[in-house]
Amino acid sequence: MTRRHDATLHVDRREFLALGAGSFLSVVASWRQATPQSPDSLPGTGPSGRLWDPARAGRPLEPVNAADNDAAIQAIEKQLHCTCGCNLDVYTCRTTDFTCTVSPAMHQHVVGLAERGMTGQQIIDQFVREHGVAILMAPPKRGFNLAGYFVPSALIVAAGLVLTLVLRRWARTAAPERVPARPLAPAGTSEELERLRGELDRLSV
Amino acid sequence: MTLLGNLALWLALLVGIWGALAGFVGGLKDRPDLARSARHAVFAMCAALLVAVVSLEWALFQHDFNVEYVAAYTSRNLPVFYTWSALYAGQKGSLLFWATVLSVFGSLALVLTPRHHRALLPHVAGVVSLVAAFFISVMLFGQANPFQRLPYTPLDGNGLNPQLQNPGMVFHPPMLYLGYISITIPFAFAIAALLSKRLDTDWLVAIRKWTLLSWLFLSIGICLGMWWAYVELGWGGYWAWDPVENASLLPWLTMTAFLHSVMIQEKRGMLKKWNLALIIGSWLLSIFGTFITRSGVISSVHSFTQSSVGYFFLAFLIVMGTASFALYANRLPLLSAEAQLESMVSREASFLFNNLLFIGIAFSVLWGTLFPILSELVQGTKVTVGPPFFNQVNIPLGLALLALTGIGPLIAWRRASVPNLQRQFAVPGTVGVFTALILLVAGMRDFYALMAIGLGGFVVGTVVQEFARGARARHRQYGEGYALALGRLIARNRRRYGGYIVHTGIVILFVAFAGIAFKTETEASLRPGESASIRSPYGWTYRLTHLGISQYDALNRQVTAATLEVSRDGKRLGVLTTEKRQHVDALGRPTFQPSTEVGIRSDLREDLYVVLGGVVNGTEQAVFRFTINPLVWWVWYGGMIVALGGLIVMWPGGSPAAKRSQAGYAVRLVGTEAKT
Repeated sequence: MTRRHDATLHVDRREFLALGAGSFLSVVASWRQATPQSPDSLPGTGPSGRLWDPARAGRPLEPVNAADNDAAIQAIEKQLHCTCGCNLDVYTCRTTDFTCTVSPAMHQHVVGLAERGMTGQQIIDQFVREHGVAILMAPPKRGFNLAGYFVPSALIVAAGLVLTLVLRRWARTAAPERVPARPLAPAGTSEELERLRGELDRLSV
Repeated sequence: MTLLGNLALWLALLVGIWGALAGFVGGLKDRPDLARSARHAVFAMCAALLVAVVSLEWALFQHDFNVEYVAAYTSRNLPVFYTWSALYAGQKGSLLFWATVLSVFGSLALVLTPRHHRALLPHVAGVVSLVAAFFISVMLFGQANPFQRLPYTPLDGNGLNPQLQNPGMVFHPPMLYLGYISITIPFAFAIAALLSKRLDTDWLVAIRKWTLLSWLFLSIGICLGMWWAYVELGWGGYWAWDPVENASLLPWLTMTAFLHSVMIQEKRGMLKKWNLALIIGSWLLSIFGTFITRSGVISSVHSFTQSSVGYFFLAFLIVMGTASFALYANRLPLLSAEAQLESMVSREASFLFNNLLFIGIAFSVLWGTLFPILSELVQGTKVTVGPPFFNQVNIPLGLALLALTGIGPLIAWRRASVPNLQRQFAVPGTVGVFTALILLVAGMRDFYALMAIGLGGFVVGTVVQEFARGARARHRQYGEGYALALGRLIARNRRRYGGYIVHTGIVILFVAFAGIAFKTETEASLRPGESASIRSPYGWTYRLTHLGISQYDALNRQVTAATLEVSRDGKRLGVLTTEKRQHVDALGRPTFQPSTEVGIRSDLREDLYVVLGGVVNGTEQAVFRFTINPLVWWVWYGGMIVALGGLIVMWPGGSPAAKRSQAGYAVRLVGTEAKT
């Protein structure tokens, strides 16, 4: 930056851009410093008071108990489809928007069956008896459902085999048309080879 | 204004029908006057549809609740941002948006396509007019007219669904629509090439930018959709294999397959039939996605309300599919390859296997999406096909595809020799094996996660090797510094190196997906002052202390906000707030069920994801769900890198040599070579 005789500042383009970028960065930095999360102004700890309008907080809930966090119960619920129309499993639905009343009822049913001593598979079977196989997040691997699981893989494997055979045939038919290999010329220097590779790299798509 | 909108729709329909007739007849009979008329018809249709859009936006911003669409999707207190996006929030508006964007893209294609592709343009105008006219006729005859009036005028509208009041939803649907809609342009060129029998590589050159643009919009749209689902829906994930999500993935997969296989046609004159089929299939899948979203035939949380509109799309899908493939079958004799595959171990062969996997995954996603209907037809019982099914079928296929992402660039075109393969695979293979070994020693035991990250290491090794070799060659040849050499390398061959950047983004996405295997979650009900702990897969423990609940009114909602103090291994990190929002109209009446606003604390390693479930007995004792989602930020970074790579590939310019080889010169050279 230079000061001219007429007292104006002469700033060349590079300096101007550098100044601009510096100013921008300092503004961003000061903004980041000025906007930390401000926990101290938020409500502190205290007794569990009543809310001004509990209806705004959605459906009233029960406190969480041990069964809600039981890994075995969760594993069962992740295999069961909530019937509220959400397309989620029971565990995910009951812990997502908490407005659904179907998944908590299904959860209570699962917990009830577990308390009666049923195993995970027995609980799932019980749900299938009550609701049909559509209650499962994935169809059971039997009967026509096997087609669901294995048709894509079988088709891909079959197509892969066909593709391999076709490619081999193409490669065989193309081979005789190739110009017979001539004896190799003496190899170039490593510098020449690297230049060639560079050119090929540059031209290759 | 609604009268003007209605008139504009009818005008657009008539002009569209004329454009379709004039375009096809003008192209087939070689009548320049009709061809010109078809071109002008597309411009006129575009202008009429833009008038219709302005009319609807006018009604939305004027709160003209006598218009059924305005009353259904907006309210007086809806923020301006979302009032604008209400244009495509509902079925009827989104149809108008679709037809308008298609006519804009069609006009741009007609204006921007170079003169030497002129013979294709009448047919292109015909296809664009036909498809747009179909969308307009669905609006006018399928009870989906956005200008339909109510017999009364409500005091206020219903407002926009709270889950759509998120910045992600302002950008995600248009991006996805732009992706779906822009596939029509390559499809139109494909049909034009078939009709005019100009089936050399020329039509591919004409559509290159459009296919990339479409793929880019779809990629961005899908990523934005994942982000919206994650931050808004509150279930703690970003992909649920929902039918509507699957419908967006299908054309993306086939378009990606096309972007790979088209290189073989451009370079070797092979796969002409396959590439045409991919473009036609991609477009049909985009219409299929529209059918899924709008028919209600398969239940989805993302779909519009069930209506008869879906069956218009089904009929259109069947008619257009039959017509397109009949024309394709008729032209098959003209689609013979100009060269033959010379070796199983070649870039061409690896691209073919890559295409097989892309199409295989697309088929398995389509199969899983439709299996409930199929099962009902065959067994009489509808089954649920959820994430466990899709994960089981698609994860191995996805990993095989990831492996090919690394293998493809390492194999030479035409024929690769054993020494060449050894030289090419040594470094990437070692990187991949070491990555997997390090994770194994570190205690990672999840097979799929190990495979994903190990293969990711292999692909990154491939990409770095390609960049390093290219930069080194430039450094030696031109004496450029390595940074400059790298920059010029990308600038001179944007398609190749932009593609490698896309591959890097895909690797990052796969690694991020692998992180979900280590998701941890727990529920707790806490009184103010009480704490809950959750252990991260990285070994540290988060402690979350409930500070209390506040209730207040905001713009168009009543908020119940719970605040938690977060510490990690005893070190305070800050606070997180999660909310319940009850949206209300301008009169203070509740409009929807209370929705959840998630609290998320992110870093590069993991997200702490907190959901306020509700309160116990109307007190400040609150029920929370705490989730730790590893590597989620990498999904967003991966998406951004994919988009960046796509932009680099699309960017105009590049070296003349690269342009020549992309413009079909290689095909002619190979053809000449075969004859001599």
